[in-house]
Amino acid sequence: MNQQEAMFKYCLRLGDNALIRSYRLSEWCSNAPILEEDLALTNFALDMIGRAQALLGYAGQIEGKGRTDDDLAYRRGERSFYNVLLTELPNQDFAYTMARELYLSAFEYFYYSGLAGSKDATLAAIAAKTLKEIKYHLSHATDWVLRLGDGTAESHAKMQTAVDDLWPYASELFESDAVDAAMISAIGAPDPAALKDSWMKHVSAILKEATLDVPTTMYTHTGGRNGIHSENLGHILAEMQFLPHAYPDAKW
Amino acid sequence: MELKEQTAVQSDLLKSFEEKIGRDDAIEPKDKMPDAYRKHLIRQISQHAHSEVIGMQPEGNWITRAPSLRAKQILLAKIQDEGGHGLYLYSAAETLGISRSEMIEQLHSGKAKYSNIFNYPALNWADIGAIGWLVDGAAIVNQVSLQRTSYGPYSRAMVRICKEESFHQRQGYEIMAKMMAGTADQREMAQDAMNRWWWPALMMFGPHDSESPRSGDAFKWKIKRQSNDELRAKFIDKTVQQAEVIGLTIPDKDLKWNEARGHYDHGPIDWNEFYNVINGNGPCNKQRMDHHKRVHAEGAWVREAAEAYRAKKEKQLFQSKN
Repeated sequence: MNQQEAMFKYCLRLGDNALIRSYRLSEWCSNAPILEEDLALTNFALDMIGRAQALLGYAGQIEGKGRTDDDLAYRRGERSFYNVLLTELPNQDFAYTMARELYLSAFEYFYYSGLAGSKDATLAAIAAKTLKEIKYHLSHATDWVLRLGDGTAESHAKMQTAVDDLWPYASELFESDAVDAAMISAIGAPDPAALKDSWMKHVSAILKEATLDVPTTMYTHTGGRNGIHSENLGHILAEMQFLPHAYPDAKW
Repeated sequence: MELKEQTAVQSDLLKSFEEKIGRDDAIEPKDKMPDAYRKHLIRQISQHAHSEVIGMQPEGNWITRAPSLRAKQILLAKIQDEGGHGLYLYSAAETLGISRSEMIEQLHSGKAKYSNIFNYPALNWADIGAIGWLVDGAAIVNQVSLQRTSYGPYSRAMVRICKEESFHQRQGYEIMAKMMAGTADQREMAQDAMNRWWWPALMMFGPHDSESPRSGDAFKWKIKRQSNDELRAKFIDKTVQQAEVIGLTIPDKDLKWNEARGHYDHGPIDWNEFYNVINGNGPCNKQRMDHHKRVHAEGAWVREAAEAYRAKKEKQLFQSKN
């Protein structure tokens, strides 16, 4: 793997996280518990699409084969998607979605803070813009985890289940491999492994304030960053890519 | 107060209300208004709010399948706008003394209605174009007229809504134009969507003026300022030309320009279909309402938790101060 290939995969990983998460967030449209949340989650989905466009567009430039952000989103197979598994899991209920948003946004807060100082001007600029959105996503998720954790007995139970069930998927965020190593040395990207303590401290404090137990399970699910996904991604792509596949010559 | 005095006070209030209407002054929430005026507005504004919210469903049906990132972004932003319109229309109705939860109960019980148009299905991607161009296009004609409606909060909500609706109409037209400039399959989808949405869009303006039972009070109180048929004619006149530009055929063999009237004449509208859909027998009536009821019921635990948390925090704050 040369540096160009590493950089390409690196941008796809970041872009795919945003793209697949936007898909799940957008599924809340007309399905949220109150109209205000319908708007908030749709808005986050929009933030994620914007981020995916920037990162996949940049990935296409780095690859240098003329592929656009749409080509990369709509004409790639499942094994060439590199999002973390957490982003593709079904929404289940509002508590699951808020637990996922908390885990991802807390990670991204630390990660994109580091990336904003990268030597790569494009990624640094994308990160700086994204960081503003992430702060809002994190505060929204935090507020809901507190409300649901410390709300009623029913919401507490649902929030605890969500926090527990998604916990084994969080570790994938902190994996660091040859792609990361190449980017750490080439552009001064953050090392995901180095962020785990900060994340753990931040998330644990929120869970405790929400009167929730911090999970202790050590078991982890992994694979997405290398294209080995859960069964969910195939269904997402089948639906998302349906029109470009059915009508390959059409421009929309 | 004696009954006679009460009646005199009532009649003074009514007189001042009617004078305001006569001067074209806006009626504001704290102004005295006849009960029938209040009821008429609650019915109309809540129906409008419910329409915005139920209207999110047919378009929402295509978010996950939008064919490009840009298309997805525009569609999401548009649906988000509709939800926002719902929010400020619910707020406008609340100024008349009804809560959002009461309005939702009325929607679920069938007492409150929403626009019939959303009981039709969005079947192919061109339907997203047709909804923006024709449905929002028809809605704008009505809403531009409502910007001058006599109730202040409703009128102000309409001014804001109209700005966004014209963006929606443009995005819908852009989808149709792109598809008409595309492959044979795309042109077929666009014409198919046109054929299915044209007549329901014309029905959005309601029955012919000769049949519309409520036009009396609504006109007297300046809630409504233009008749169903006047508004429908405006819509047809502007839309026919837009269709021609991109090569779409209007599915009405009787459509022709009437020089004397200065408007297009159109063929007969199938009012049986209109009343059939209004009475609950449209393709998606049950689906739309079942969906709204299910989501509302499934979200109850979240709303309860938010309320319980708020009460808990308020109590803690109170205790810490005392």
